[in-house]
Amino acid sequence: MAIDPGIKFLTPINIETRIKKYCRFRKARIKYVDYKDPDFLIKFVNEQGKILPRRLTGTSAKYQRKVAKAIKRARHLALLPFTTDLLK
Amino acid sequence: MVNHYETVFILTPVLSEEQAKETVKKYKELLEQNGAQNIYEEFWGLRKLAYPIQKKTTGFYYLLQYESDNKELVSLLELNFKRDERVLRYLTVKLDKYGVEWNEKRKKQQAENKSKEKNKIEL
Repeated sequence: MAIDPGIKFLTPINIETRIKKYCRFRKARIKYVDYKDPDFLIKFVNEQGKILPRRLTGTSAKYQRKVAKAIKRARHLALLPFTTDLLK
Repeated sequence: MVNHYETVFILTPVLSEEQAKETVKKYKELLEQNGAQNIYEEFWGLRKLAYPIQKKTTGFYYLLQYESDNKELVSLLELNFKRDERVLRYLTVKLDKYGVEWNEKRKKQQAENKSKEKNKIEL
């Protein structure tokens, strides 16, 4: 049953425009993710200290693996917490 | 084949400044004796830990970067770390070529910052 043209939608169906995500490592030619500076790694971690998924950060698979390894090393050295609240 | 290594370790905040220096000197000598070349040392000072380790919330952070082709060096170093009760935590990493490049750049930046600070004081 096609939508009856007579029915008007209350709100216009907005196709949310998605900003094209890009991998910051490929763009900035960064080849090594340093586990020693937590200020950079905090960008890839949410408030509870969990690693953000690729679909949110937009990083490519190769660098997501490097970031994850660096974050786990930073956690081992107590530069980053394992779990916390209100990290930012 | 020379491998590049990087070790970060944390000392308990309880011990005084020169005890900390003395333990670091002990490890540097251990490295030198077992064939480590151009050792670069960095002291990050007393830092707050993200979570308490052995009931302590702060620690002295030390970074050691060195090259060596002696295969048993790292296991020997880590054995001593494990035995030393002043060391709260340690992590040794073998660097690939991008890691070495990154460290060179980082050293240059640090040298620049120091020189900038110096002439800032002189002004």
